Amino acid sequence: MRHITKLIAGTAIGLTMAMGTLPVYAETPANMLVIANRIDDIITLDPAESFEFAGSDVSRNVYGKLVNFDPLNLDAGYEPDLAESWVVSEDGKTITFTMREGVKFHSGNPVTAEDAEFSLRRAVTLNKTPSFILTQFGFTADNVNDVIVADGNTLSITTDKKYATSFVLNCLASVIGGIVDKKTVMANEADGDLGNNWLKTNSAGSGAYRVVSWKPNESVTLSANEDFYKGAPAMKRVIVRHIQESATQRLLLEKGDIDVARNLNPEDVAGISGKEGIAIDNELRGRLMYFSLNQKHPELAKPQVRQALKYLADYEGMQNSFLNGQYTIHQAFLPRTYLGAIDDKPFSLDIEKAKAMLAEAGVSDLEIEVGVREAQERVEIAQSLQNTFAQAGIKLNITVGTAKQILTRYRARELDMYLGAWGPDYPDPQTNAGTFAYNPDNSDEAKATGLLAYRNAWDPGDMNQQVEAAVVEADRDVRRKMYEDMQREHQMKSPFAVMFQKIEQTGRAEAVKNLNLGGAVTAVAYWPVTK
Amino acid sequence: MSVTIQSENGRRAPPVFSVVATIAKTLGTIAITMLGLLFITFVIGRIMPIDPLISILGERASKEMYEATYIKLGLDKPLVVQFFYYLWDVVRGDFGVSRLTARPVVDDIIRVFPATLELATIGTFIGVFVGIPLGVVAAVKRGTWIDQTARVIALVGYSMPIFWLGLVGLLVFYGILGWVGGPGRVGIFYVDLVPTVTGLILVDSILDGQWDVFRDAVSHIILPASLLGYYSLAYISRMTRSFMLEQMNAEYITTARVKGLSEWAVVWRHAFGNIKVPLITVVALSYAGLLEGSVLTEIIFSWPGIGSYITTALLSADMNAVLGGTVVVGLVFVCLNIFSDMLYKFFDPRAR
Repeated sequence: MRHITKLIAGTAIGLTMAMGTLPVYAETPANMLVIANRIDDIITLDPAESFEFAGSDVSRNVYGKLVNFDPLNLDAGYEPDLAESWVVSEDGKTITFTMREGVKFHSGNPVTAEDAEFSLRRAVTLNKTPSFILTQFGFTADNVNDVIVADGNTLSITTDKKYATSFVLNCLASVIGGIVDKKTVMANEADGDLGNNWLKTNSAGSGAYRVVSWKPNESVTLSANEDFYKGAPAMKRVIVRHIQESATQRLLLEKGDIDVARNLNPEDVAGISGKEGIAIDNELRGRLMYFSLNQKHPELAKPQVRQALKYLADYEGMQNSFLNGQYTIHQAFLPRTYLGAIDDKPFSLDIEKAKAMLAEAGVSDLEIEVGVREAQERVEIAQSLQNTFAQAGIKLNITVGTAKQILTRYRARELDMYLGAWGPDYPDPQTNAGTFAYNPDNSDEAKATGLLAYRNAWDPGDMNQQVEAAVVEADRDVRRKMYEDMQREHQMKSPFAVMFQKIEQTGRAEAVKNLNLGGAVTAVAYWPVTK
Repeated sequence: MSVTIQSENGRRAPPVFSVVATIAKTLGTIAITMLGLLFITFVIGRIMPIDPLISILGERASKEMYEATYIKLGLDKPLVVQFFYYLWDVVRGDFGVSRLTARPVVDDIIRVFPATLELATIGTFIGVFVGIPLGVVAAVKRGTWIDQTARVIALVGYSMPIFWLGLVGLLVFYGILGWVGGPGRVGIFYVDLVPTVTGLILVDSILDGQWDVFRDAVSHIILPASLLGYYSLAYISRMTRSFMLEQMNAEYITTARVKGLSEWAVVWRHAFGNIKVPLITVVALSYAGLLEGSVLTEIIFSWPGIGSYITTALLSADMNAVLGGTVVVGLVFVCLNIFSDMLYKFFDPRAR
């Protein structure tokens, strides 16, 4: 499919000139928002299970949460949503939320503390892929009835030890914190699945929109919740159509048949920028592009070699050529806009310096294999690295495979070097710190294949303690400083070379206002949109 | 004893008996072919160097979840046992649940196959009704400018990448001229307007009497169907031409001409009459090819058909969907083959 995409992209470039003459119309109705996006990653709409980009886009608009991010002011961090306020107990382990009165689910049922209790317990009990976001606080299927408790209009959650309140609340603001309508969900339960099967394709939320239909690889249709507690959304219907190709998305946008095109490639962005009636937005997302070195490899385990390879990437060159408009240089493990993110860029292409370091380490004639997923920009990055590594005498063999093939080997610690992307799981710095800089048991038996540090067989040493300390630090500013220091140390000594952070370029009809894609921390919000 | 029976059966079997035998034989062929196909797909599914559990559970699953699912899926059992489980499920029409769509694979196929069927059928009609006359005329007027033109048309259809033609077609007929609808089966205003009966929007909209939906669907299907039709007419016209040339040089044609038959009768009744049978094979194969789903066309036109369904599933290691889709495509091939065998018998007395 990637080759196909490449071919089509090539053709599309050739057509760019011809498209210069297209007239622009605005044909979609004033109260309808039509978006072209690749939605083939949606595998479920259940907030307890959903963990993909396009699924998070749906969830953010359908489910209210205890706390949530304001799309028009993401920098403010989490804010009250279905919970009006909260207090933290003296020992720092229990947070008690007071629920907002008068909010209703789409079914008309009132949103109560009992629903919140049910939703969080359900997410822990179902134990689906994203459940770790909650279970990391010590919640288990056996203890949820004691640690997540509704009482009248309040909900208390008690963690196994003291954590930074900002950490807990950030996690509750992620998709899995979505509050579902207990009565509706349980009415659709089958075989004790807590309604999981039904919620995969239906919705039972209290958010600005409800799901009308999700047709895989075809479309998602949402309709406005007129009783949304923040006020009825201006867009009464939102249709997200699965349009695979950038050239097709562009054509539809130029014809006015869609309002927003979310997967335009740089050529198409260049082709339509400056056109009347069309605007281009650039938004930083959470995804990082990095390469990492397996510490089981005797040469790659040498500190000078690790450092040298970080000087052998042509960051500028890649950013300004094939990654133009898609990625921007970023060299620390927290994406910008996260709490504690830093903008330090200590590395740039420096062949001589790298050569000296390699010589110091006594390394010559090094030949290593890099595993790359079959995705255009990744393969191109690998080729660029192959070229710059070669200038310092390192032979880089590129193995291209499907995501599953490469990932299977990466998890089994079989690759010398991995080149790929990492997206944060929830909007708290711990999400990346806990995987890039944390690996308490580096033995093969530990099988901690979820940790990036483990996959590279790297023992972070005392960084393990730093990560653990930052997670319980109550003072937000002290916590920020801890992450900043941690990343500076990580840049220098880890086998990870973070290179780029994702930028998403969106083409939209100029008339569409207040469309926020969610930055690095959350997903798109449709309810503030006007046109 | 056995000698007696043999002598009794030595005579030609009565017609009813022969029909039953033919049906039994046909069903037997289908069963054996499908069994072979199922076996091969199963083996491919199992020897793929990917971990099916990662694709089900995601890469962050815990060890306990991993092991529980491993046993739940029966992956701990011997391969032979797994195959029989698989066979039993398939016989009951259960291909499992697609990981990507969270729905039963059968439901998915019922949803995506009509989209492809609609496109392939119209494409094949175009291929047959334009390609055959073009091939016949090219053969009859061999070496003239008509023949050359037909050759160029076919060559272009053959050699132009379909994604290029698709994009250019969209740009010209949708983008600039606005004569046809854009990508997708219907425009956004018409989505979900007609109740699903057959899954074929053209048919469903007529059944429901929604003529504006029908018109919109026609405007959306015409471009991709013409592209597929063009591709198939290129093949059909070239094959027709070469079959016809063979016949036109035969002695019986000369005889027919000597007898003073009109050119029309010579070409269409005598020569064409004799190429019907091989043409059936050509058309059936071309139709089957289109029914597999043309992935590129489906991607360019955002057409939710079986080609992109299977491809997406394959790339995501969604094996239930891949195997289900493959079996359905295989079944379509087998059925078309049998159907064309029956047509042979209709057109060619020797095959009866």
